[in-house]
Amino acid sequence: MKILVTVKRVIDYNVKVRVKPDQSDVDLANVKMAMNPFCEIAVEAAVRLKEAGIATEIVAVSVGPSACQEQIRTALALGADRGIQIDTAEPPESLVVAKLLAAVVAAEQPELVILGKQSIDADNNQTGQMLAALLDWPQATFASALALQEGRLEVTREIDGGLQTLSLALPAIVTTDLRLNEPRYASLPNIMKAKKKLLEVRTPAELGVALKAHTRLLKVEAPAERQGGIKVGSVSELVEKLKSEAKVI
Amino acid sequence: MREAMEFDVVIVGAGPAGLSAACRLMQLAAEQNRPLEVCVVEKGSEVGAHILSGAVFESRALDELFPDWQERGAPLHTPVTTDEVYLLRNAEQAVKLPDALLPKSLHNAGNHIVSLGNLVRWLGEQAEALGVQVFPGFAAAELLYDESGRVRGVATGDMGVAADGSHKDGFMPGMELHARYTLFAEGCRGHLGKQLAERFELARNADPQHYGLGIKELWDIDPARHRPGLVIHGAGWPLDKDTGGGFFLYHAENHQVVVGLIVDLNYANPWLSPFDEFQRLKHHPVLKQYLEGGKRVSYGARAIAKGGFNALPEMAFPGGLLLGCDAGTLNVAKIKGSHTAMKSGLLAAETVFAALTEELADSAWAPRWKAAFEASWLHEELYRSRNFGPALHRLGPLAGGAFNFVEQNVFAGRLPITLHDRQTDHARLRPAAEFSPIAYRKPDGVLSFDKPASVFLSNTNHEENQPCHLVLKDGALPLRENLPRYAEPAQRYCPAGVYEVLGAEQGEPRLQINAQNCLHCKTCDIKDPSQNIVWVAPEGGGGPNYPNM
Repeated sequence: MKILVTVKRVIDYNVKVRVKPDQSDVDLANVKMAMNPFCEIAVEAAVRLKEAGIATEIVAVSVGPSACQEQIRTALALGADRGIQIDTAEPPESLVVAKLLAAVVAAEQPELVILGKQSIDADNNQTGQMLAALLDWPQATFASALALQEGRLEVTREIDGGLQTLSLALPAIVTTDLRLNEPRYASLPNIMKAKKKLLEVRTPAELGVALKAHTRLLKVEAPAERQGGIKVGSVSELVEKLKSEAKVI
Repeated sequence: MREAMEFDVVIVGAGPAGLSAACRLMQLAAEQNRPLEVCVVEKGSEVGAHILSGAVFESRALDELFPDWQERGAPLHTPVTTDEVYLLRNAEQAVKLPDALLPKSLHNAGNHIVSLGNLVRWLGEQAEALGVQVFPGFAAAELLYDESGRVRGVATGDMGVAADGSHKDGFMPGMELHARYTLFAEGCRGHLGKQLAERFELARNADPQHYGLGIKELWDIDPARHRPGLVIHGAGWPLDKDTGGGFFLYHAENHQVVVGLIVDLNYANPWLSPFDEFQRLKHHPVLKQYLEGGKRVSYGARAIAKGGFNALPEMAFPGGLLLGCDAGTLNVAKIKGSHTAMKSGLLAAETVFAALTEELADSAWAPRWKAAFEASWLHEELYRSRNFGPALHRLGPLAGGAFNFVEQNVFAGRLPITLHDRQTDHARLRPAAEFSPIAYRKPDGVLSFDKPASVFLSNTNHEENQPCHLVLKDGALPLRENLPRYAEPAQRYCPAGVYEVLGAEQGEPRLQINAQNCLHCKTCDIKDPSQNIVWVAPEGGGGPNYPNM
């Protein structure tokens, strides 16, 4: 089975996000970037399927400028076999990403696409679902467990009320939730080997996809700073303040 | 059993010294058409993540390494336009020193205001393009020796070890990195460099190393107050006359300024808190005039090795070298260590490359290095500034400053006398009872801030479930001796709030070590009066993630 796995380059989860002074966007200049944590889980899931003898080849795909080759190399160091960078100036919006991925799927013919459920920068939680719709494939989102049972994929999903288990015909789309696995560390020899693995660069034009923007970023604002609390002297003062100042009772 | 990988040269630390050595080695290999395997390990999550410096940068060594650095896009964007030096007399007043009275070494015409972190990121890209294997996120944790006692490389730390020492799910044992030569460029007070100095008695003929703690912030300021290229240095308030140190405020690009305070770690008063001294410093009109209306963007701290020439240990040992601030090549007269660290890397590369080519005998290694070092401008520069720090320590800021003016401007550092400073920094700490506690004013949240809010801006993170990387030789000593005698100074000298004494009010004091907050500044390893704290490398990738520092 061939697996396509997607990786997105995002701001590192340890970095405090800072808004540019003109509020045009988030400031990413010289800020530590990393693979989106949910994508790491997707890569790990694919590698485990390969180690279990189920997957034969893992192709890691990223959409964005050449800097995202760094994250593709990380995926290759973790166990993916080859990489594809779809070269765009900035990562486009979810629908365009889904269309680009659909074109890669048409060319690569994988039986399974594993994506992170969302990226920690835009938090859209759309690409996997859109890709499933474009391909007309079954999908299982928020996966916390997956297994292959007699040619079908059994996926446990984390839903509001608990867990739900689905059986999917292949080919299929899976998006990963936090508890699916704990990603491994890349070892030094594997990082060195990853530098020699095949990494192709494709353009949206080659894939026949137009980079049409359906939304426009108007403004980014930092959350309002939290005001310091005060100490009250008595219960009656507390009640008074809740009534007159906070106006919650 | 750990796996091993073989290299010609392994370099510990992707900073100015380590990356300069790596780049120069590959240049030489390309020139002479000799295949060479060079690897750099770096404990930070990426190249530049742990780099923190002022910095006013002198490009002499960079000119030698990449004469075309401008075309290659090195991030030197802001030439120094003006130097100002102030003596702060108290919280309100200051004297601006006339230019003619400054030691020549403090003139910065021709230098650039840079983010050393960004310069190092750029150097990392150059190194990778030249074929160096750069491995960020891997900490060199252990020294490896062969049967003859020669250094044969390092081992990276195990990943995925729980706090109790058990192996977690993703456990990955460390790797042995073997090399003909291993270069240590960990920065000031490197934890492996310290072990090497002990084992090979590298400091036997040197004065004790002296240190400062540098605390720095990056600010976005009101564009109307921004004067790109302005360099301000100063001394005096808020430090008392017995405490050495000085501040800096540089106007960099993009309406940003960097501001910081360096406090000499030979201070005597255990109540002193370098962090709080820095916070109150920013309220002085000389600094406030620029910061007011601005917004703090980043925070960090790092110890500095400032003992200079007299404290410089032997840098060579069988199988390798100590480089840059790991040895102590900072020029304190210029308050600059980046160009000297880079030069030590270039010299190391040239010496190692020749040694590899000739298959130089180990017995000839140290003399070969010594000859190369002594013939270099690095040696000349450090020799000429050898008295600058000791003069300030021994004669005080006024007489010492006058001595430095005369020595640097009239004699260009060539006076045939050498001042020594033979007391270690930690031994100078006096008991708490000899001083009254210092009442620091509560931060206002506008110009001054508390430690937790500051550490937050350093993007510091360590995997929580791992063994504590701040090792106490004697776990009971802090409460038994440091607390009664020195009021446990770690609570105050640590700029990240790692050390806390809790429960003192209930009469049951205990020491809590918040190792996840650690900025890797190494001050605790230096200043603990009993030398009871040993800083060891945490799991790779941990520590601060400084942007633009």
